[in-house]
Amino acid sequence: MTREGKDKLTPTAAVEPHDAAEPKSADVAQARAEELKAGGIIPQRQKGKVTIRCKAPGGRVSAERLERIAAVARHYGSGVVHLSVRQSAEIVGVDLHDLDAVARELAAVGQEIASCGKRFRVATACGGCEYNPNGWTDTQALAQSATDRFFGEETPHKFKTTFAGCVRDCVRARMADLGFQGMVEPALAAELCTHCGICVRACRDDALTMGAEDLPVRDPDKCISCGDCIKACPFDAMVAKRVGHAVFVGGKHGKHPHPAYPVAQFVADPRVEDAIAATLAWYRDRGEPRERLGDALDRVGIDSYRRALRAVVGDGLLAGADLKKPKWARLFYDGLAETFPEYGDIG
Amino acid sequence: MAQQPDHRLDLRGATCPMNWVKLKLELEGMEAGQVVEVLLDDGDAIINVPRSAKAEGHKVLSVEPTQVGFRLLVERGDAETPSGATR
Repeated sequence: MTREGKDKLTPTAAVEPHDAAEPKSADVAQARAEELKAGGIIPQRQKGKVTIRCKAPGGRVSAERLERIAAVARHYGSGVVHLSVRQSAEIVGVDLHDLDAVARELAAVGQEIASCGKRFRVATACGGCEYNPNGWTDTQALAQSATDRFFGEETPHKFKTTFAGCVRDCVRARMADLGFQGMVEPALAAELCTHCGICVRACRDDALTMGAEDLPVRDPDKCISCGDCIKACPFDAMVAKRVGHAVFVGGKHGKHPHPAYPVAQFVADPRVEDAIAATLAWYRDRGEPRERLGDALDRVGIDSYRRALRAVVGDGLLAGADLKKPKWARLFYDGLAETFPEYGDIG
Repeated sequence: MAQQPDHRLDLRGATCPMNWVKLKLELEGMEAGQVVEVLLDDGDAIINVPRSAKAEGHKVLSVEPTQVGFRLLVERGDAETPSGATR
């Protein structure tokens, strides 16, 4: 790739930093050192080349920032951007000696560089209820605020947080160190019900049957809180009674995968950050260096963590008996939930 | 309630999303307040089509089972009505 066009970025991405925004060179040097230290600059096989991981909580990037990332990739990288599995935009093939210039170009549009290492990572999220008709929780807003508050905090090992808007869990909250998944509890306004039975057909978990007075009856042990019945009802007789988050803890993929255990349900939005803080506090207190949260939970015992979480979620904490119910067991591969640790009675 | 529909649409055998597309076009060609009688299959059709009509701002007046599926009465919504959310 030639360097001819290096100083001429595309017209829409004005590279010349604005006077008001131009960082002083001493600040840039310091910022550079800190960023290298925090990670997000990933050495490649090719000597002297690095990949720059751009921070994008929830996988959301403004068009302006995306254009600048593309311009940087074209002029300082190998011309490709890799959209990573955890929703970052990674600029491939940057020379180490161009790092200052790259940092400046990205900083000018507010594009930060993400971290690697033993820290709270950028939160991932699906579209959520902001625009996805299936989503029940505002995963984008939560991913942004959780990242704003906790990003970069040191932890015994990497700590990945994920927000899913519904039980489809497109974004793999059930594989995160700490996963939040939107859930909705339906309720029937009997006076509006026309007994058409559409809700019963819409439920793919056999949680609804026609009962007395030809009204639908819901089995709470089978209901996975997906809300399909609410969406299917043409008469607004099936409504959302409450919305909240299921909480899954201890998940990871990698060489030795570990499922995330369901530990709480219907956690309200305002308690989400408290739940994250309580989890981080427990992990820092009980986890060993380089031990992932799931392994720490297995070694120390899940009840220790459950006690810490109960202070935040109250009676949203799941009991041992809950895990045996289809509504939780069926969210995992066949038979997997039976391998989960027994939850004790913690009073 | 006994309501004489202004239009009739037989969507039996139509697959998703074509059944909704056809109903949507039929409704768009009607005036606000007019009613269309729709015949639908059981299965995906009955789960999805009434919901789509509701989301588009139309009103499902009734849903009755028939021997071969369902019979719906759908009232054409106000032209100005924006598409409602499905939640």
